[in-house]
Amino acid sequence: MITLYLARSSWLHHLPAGFKLCLLAASSMLILPVTQLELMLVFTLATTLIYVTLGDRGWQHLNMVKPLLPFLAVIMLFHFWAGSSYEGGVSVLRLVTMFLLANLITLTTRMTDMMAALQPVFWPLQWIGISPRSLALAVALMVRFAPVLVLVMNNLDEAWKARGGKKQKWRLIVPLIIQAIRLSDHVAEALTARGGSSKISVRPIEVRR
Amino acid sequence: MNKDRTLVQIALYAAVIAALGLLPKFNIPVAGGVPLTAQTLGLMLAGIMLGPVRGFLSVALFILVVALGAPLLAGGRGGLGVFAGPTVGFIVGFPFAALVTGLMMQQLKNVNLFAAALISSIVGGILVLYAFGIPGMVAMTSLDFSGAAKAILVFIPGDLVKALIAALIAQSVLRAMPGIISSRQA
Repeated sequence: MITLYLARSSWLHHLPAGFKLCLLAASSMLILPVTQLELMLVFTLATTLIYVTLGDRGWQHLNMVKPLLPFLAVIMLFHFWAGSSYEGGVSVLRLVTMFLLANLITLTTRMTDMMAALQPVFWPLQWIGISPRSLALAVALMVRFAPVLVLVMNNLDEAWKARGGKKQKWRLIVPLIIQAIRLSDHVAEALTARGGSSKISVRPIEVRR
Repeated sequence: MNKDRTLVQIALYAAVIAALGLLPKFNIPVAGGVPLTAQTLGLMLAGIMLGPVRGFLSVALFILVVALGAPLLAGGRGGLGVFAGPTVGFIVGFPFAALVTGLMMQQLKNVNLFAAALISSIVGGILVLYAFGIPGMVAMTSLDFSGAAKAILVFIPGDLVKALIAALIAQSVLRAMPGIISSRQA
């Protein structure tokens, strides 16, 4: 399973996940009301500095902001048209800062630790019949089967190409869904045969790089 | 339907949505060259195939796993960062889009499947999704409402194409596996 987690040992890795989430919430409170460009820039630079402290080429992970750039460009453009370039600059910097801060947690926290830290949040779900156990099982199943279905999709794609198919790849979604439905029937039977979702023990999600 | 089956179905459908997002560039024809991903197609299909409740849960599970740190959103995005980005409203709206799509499908039980799926996808996957997405953009970018709406308008034609494709897919899947669509049980 692919994950954004960065397997190494930095000071941020050692902090407990719940504490990091609280820190994130606190820093959001601090950053959201800022309306001065200079002050915002200080926050942005401070956040990029944290990436540098992640150790060997930690700064390279700043490139995670890249998919956001087209959005930021459009936002800036619209602010420019509306004659609010200053506010635009502040909000673009704020978005970058908040994004980078939140990503720091994802980079330095294992999915299992994150799941454990979120347990108190999931607890009320019991009242509507979703036990933490079945939630953990659902997460594990999804994480396991996403790559399986990507593989199924690639096989379908190759078969499609071999038959001379070119465009209109969306047609492959039909067999993908049919295979996913069949697969889910098999998996459900296997699960029932092993005592059902209320009996089976869920191993933590395996994180590979 | 027993509990195991429901749980596995929800999880595997969430995996389908993930797989749709992981595919590099889907060739969906669209005007304007706006990049299209198959992921919102997955939301519409979740509502159509699984119905409102299971569709909602399935998409919510997908969002949860993204928040836990899996880069499953289209373009390999994921982690907590996306919840601090300008598109957070859309991501929060994902499960509700599936919910409303499913509810619409139930309402349109007696309408021809293609038409029902098309209308449900437009209402759930476009109207509801943008009703979450645009206020989200306003909050995150300090653009005013009309500015945010204009900035996002370019995606509408592509989304209409996706609603059409969702309806075509639903029709084909039902033909291959009668009784599989939750609102069309034989």
